[in-house]
Amino acid sequence: MFSNPDLAKWIFGRLTLDAIPHEPIVIMTFIAVVLGGIAVLGLITYMKWWVPLWRDWVTSVDHKKIGIMYIILAIIMLFRGFADAIMMRIQQAIAFNGNEGYLNSHHYDQIFTAHGVIMIFFVAMPFVTGFMNYVVPLQIGARDVSFPFLNNFSFWMTTAGAIIIMISLFVGEFARTGWLAYPPLSGADYSPGVGVDYYIWGLQVAGVGTTLSGINLIATIVKMRAPGMSFMKMPVFTWTSLCTNILIVATFPILTATLVLLSLDRYVGTNFFTNDLGGNPMMYVNLIWIWGHPEVYILVLPAFGIFSEVVATFSGKRLFGYASMVYATCVIMVLSYLVWLHHFFTMGSGASVNAFFGITTMIISIPTGAKMFNWLFTMYRGRIRYEVPMYWTVGFMVTFVIGGMTGVMLAIPPADFVLHNSLFLIAHFHNVIIGGVLFGLMAGVTYWFPKAFGYKLDPFWGKMSFWFWQIGFFFAFMPLYVLGLMGITRRVSQFEDPSLQIWFIIAACGAGMIAIGIASFVIQLVVSYFKREQLKDVTGDPWNGRTLEWATSSPPPDYNFALTPVVYDHDSWDDMKARGYVRPTEGFRKIHMPKNTGTGAILSGLSVVLAFALIWYIWWLAIVAFVGIIAVSIAHTFNYDRDFYIPVEEVIATEGKRTELLAKQVS
Amino acid sequence: MPRLLKLVSRLCALAVPLALAGCDMVVMSPSGDIAAQQRDLIVVSVLLMLLIIVPVLFLTLYFAWHYRHSNTKARYEPNWHHSTRLEVVIWSAPLAIIIVLGAITWISTHKLDPYRPLDRLDAERPIPADTKPLEVEVVALDWKWLFFYPEYGIATVNEMAAPVDRPITFKITASSVMNSFYVPALAGMIYAMPGMETKLHAVINKEGVFDGLSANYSGAGFSHMRFKFHGVTNEGFDGWIARVKQNGTALSRDAYLKLEKPSEREPVRYFATVEDGLYSRVLNMCATPGKMCMNEMMHIDMMGGAGVESHENREKLKYDNRHAGEVGHGTGSGMGDTVPATGEPARSEAAPHESHSAPVENNNGTPAPAQLNSN
Repeated sequence: MFSNPDLAKWIFGRLTLDAIPHEPIVIMTFIAVVLGGIAVLGLITYMKWWVPLWRDWVTSVDHKKIGIMYIILAIIMLFRGFADAIMMRIQQAIAFNGNEGYLNSHHYDQIFTAHGVIMIFFVAMPFVTGFMNYVVPLQIGARDVSFPFLNNFSFWMTTAGAIIIMISLFVGEFARTGWLAYPPLSGADYSPGVGVDYYIWGLQVAGVGTTLSGINLIATIVKMRAPGMSFMKMPVFTWTSLCTNILIVATFPILTATLVLLSLDRYVGTNFFTNDLGGNPMMYVNLIWIWGHPEVYILVLPAFGIFSEVVATFSGKRLFGYASMVYATCVIMVLSYLVWLHHFFTMGSGASVNAFFGITTMIISIPTGAKMFNWLFTMYRGRIRYEVPMYWTVGFMVTFVIGGMTGVMLAIPPADFVLHNSLFLIAHFHNVIIGGVLFGLMAGVTYWFPKAFGYKLDPFWGKMSFWFWQIGFFFAFMPLYVLGLMGITRRVSQFEDPSLQIWFIIAACGAGMIAIGIASFVIQLVVSYFKREQLKDVTGDPWNGRTLEWATSSPPPDYNFALTPVVYDHDSWDDMKARGYVRPTEGFRKIHMPKNTGTGAILSGLSVVLAFALIWYIWWLAIVAFVGIIAVSIAHTFNYDRDFYIPVEEVIATEGKRTELLAKQVS
Repeated sequence: MPRLLKLVSRLCALAVPLALAGCDMVVMSPSGDIAAQQRDLIVVSVLLMLLIIVPVLFLTLYFAWHYRHSNTKARYEPNWHHSTRLEVVIWSAPLAIIIVLGAITWISTHKLDPYRPLDRLDAERPIPADTKPLEVEVVALDWKWLFFYPEYGIATVNEMAAPVDRPITFKITASSVMNSFYVPALAGMIYAMPGMETKLHAVINKEGVFDGLSANYSGAGFSHMRFKFHGVTNEGFDGWIARVKQNGTALSRDAYLKLEKPSEREPVRYFATVEDGLYSRVLNMCATPGKMCMNEMMHIDMMGGAGVESHENREKLKYDNRHAGEVGHGTGSGMGDTVPATGEPARSEAAPHESHSAPVENNNGTPAPAQLNSN
């Protein structure tokens, strides 16, 4: 392209035309994405959606819209992560008897790395954060989070991380290291390409968003609860959110620091984790798991919160053992810091060290077990309505105990020696992440969807989705338990023993069923949209809910609550209903609101550019982008036009409409 | 309808053992005493936990069915949400199980510590008094396994053998990245890490050919990083040693450096002789001429470290250069860049050819003795 290679190198760093993929699978995907992208952009232009999109969504500081955008991001990334999963399942089902399958190790190794990274960081995390964003302020009777702009910025940084990871699919390659990128394999010597750099910068950028959103939500929960809502009257979901965000704030800096050290090794030749000059890769493994284990609880605690809400609501009963539920959550939060070493018992620590971490790990199963019993006794003497969220909850209870049991098995160091890194381990953590986190998120989607959009989701397709997920899960992962006991380990792309093939074929069929489950979910969204008049929720309380979010309309007005509710007991909305609460129809005042701003989206865009430049060694661009970020940040501090008032007339009009609707409902 | 159900249930009852019989669960029916004890631990812990899991599963399904909305006969108490008695039970039942399991964990973790020499051949037999353990030094290379038998002065690639009922002491390391040494039929795994040594004590109780593999992802050739472990009689073992000696070549440092370069699906290889101290050099990452051994560096550090002169050691302490000589930073060019051009001169060129055991001038003026690494 350029006759002068030095000039080309100066301009493009190590980015050359070779970086564009050659493998047919990737090219096809690339073409599909480009066509799809053009179609979407065309549609937006044709429908003249650009202005409303920017004005009402991209720049929005409303926690509800940000929550919804987080969940949309998570669902989009779920498709990507699941596509990776299906590709792995097909590869492992056919790569026998000398058949190399359709993925060479270069491609396969990227896929399993991407699958792990995407599912944890860009599906589970945004999904969970989305729920916390949407639900927590409503549950505590607040108008927004503590720092609305920060919230918008956090979301866009998370999205920026996702975009960086997605770019790696089409420009260059992704890491071939496994999802935690253990050095020395991930060091400059053994992974010289851009893959690990994509990994590092994708996570660093998204990590900024996650940490800030953690701070934001802690401040929100601590400072913005409605009058009367003491800590021990908070809804359980808010409690689990609080613990989750404390975990986020305490652990994500460890991840950031660890990745900084790894990038120093890769970029400037330090020797923290190399074999050279006294570096120590074991240190990385320790550090990354000191973040990594609490991360597991960051994901599962909010899911526990969702189940607690769902089981109480649909059993028509107060949650059994609220106090012990709260203590169990806190105990799990603290203990989650004391177990990281169980991820590498096989590193050869002494027996006492291994035994200590094994036993602390087992101790976590006590509060978890207590939670399980609490849900159980909430159903006891209840009157359970089998709406879709309840299906997911019962499915969770059955599935999760199995995963919990295999988890405790893995916590016994000598047993771990034969099960570690085997497909048994893979089956175990999918058992708890799918059976725990994902089922919780799906329950949450069906549960809170009417609150967010004003109509319920179609129950038939919801049940289809549930059954396909549930049965598909067993087909996909029970064979992996068996394979693990046959001594088969993870991350293998080709097999020699033909007798294993049948198990991988069963697992692939299971993954196929899960694919139908995901498709059913999509169909459910579409069908419900078209049936939205039938499924409409006028009351704002479609499930006979118990917590404050059901006290306002569906979808809630921008200001959530026209008048701040006052709380006397937990399950406050149920309590209010029992005391014959009358919705106030007068006495409204103008409402102070934060103004939308585009700064978050702009900073995030610049961060993508910065990360891209750093990944490809395009130093001039990195400097430009970095200066841009600083300049925009400073400029933002001079923006004094940050708030506005919703005039009282508008509040009266909105609330009046709702009064009319409710009156119609009664008559 | 009931007949159909009966048929289905019979089919299922048939299918389960059939399916399980069809597979050979090596972890559940191993051939070595250590792995057998680990298996027992799995079984015991599962049984213990089932004490609580089964009632929970049963209660979940029973409550879910019994308290369904349409069953108006079931008791409904919307405000019942606390019972101190029940709370005590739900916290103490898991606690009791975990106390038992914790005790088992503490004891078994110490008893089955891979670093602990064996005290029995199997459940019935103690170790005869005059038994000398078989020592095997294992090196995980990219992407094959190298076994040294110091007692016999031989080495092999991707195949190892051990006599039945003779304790084996493994010393395990790696040449470049982390791997995990795992023979499921013999004993649990342990990481193989560059510049470090892990240990494993085990014994094989049955004759047979067993699979061994790397259980920790280590790069492109990882899937084929497998070997065969032969459990043989004493005579068979002597025969195997003789065969290695007869068919093997010499494993000099040069031969090792060639062997060490990344390669996949390496065939079995025998080495009749091994250069003295080669394993120790591999462990200390100084098989390449011109490199300083890690134990030497550790000794210098232990003595208070070298002064400003220590920058002279810098080049000698750079061990990672597998990709040296690769053309550019290849990306997306297919297999090409996963397997660094094996033909390329890698380590030997990066460092100047000085005398490989050049004594280090440190402040104390004492060259480090090489035998210091006593782990």
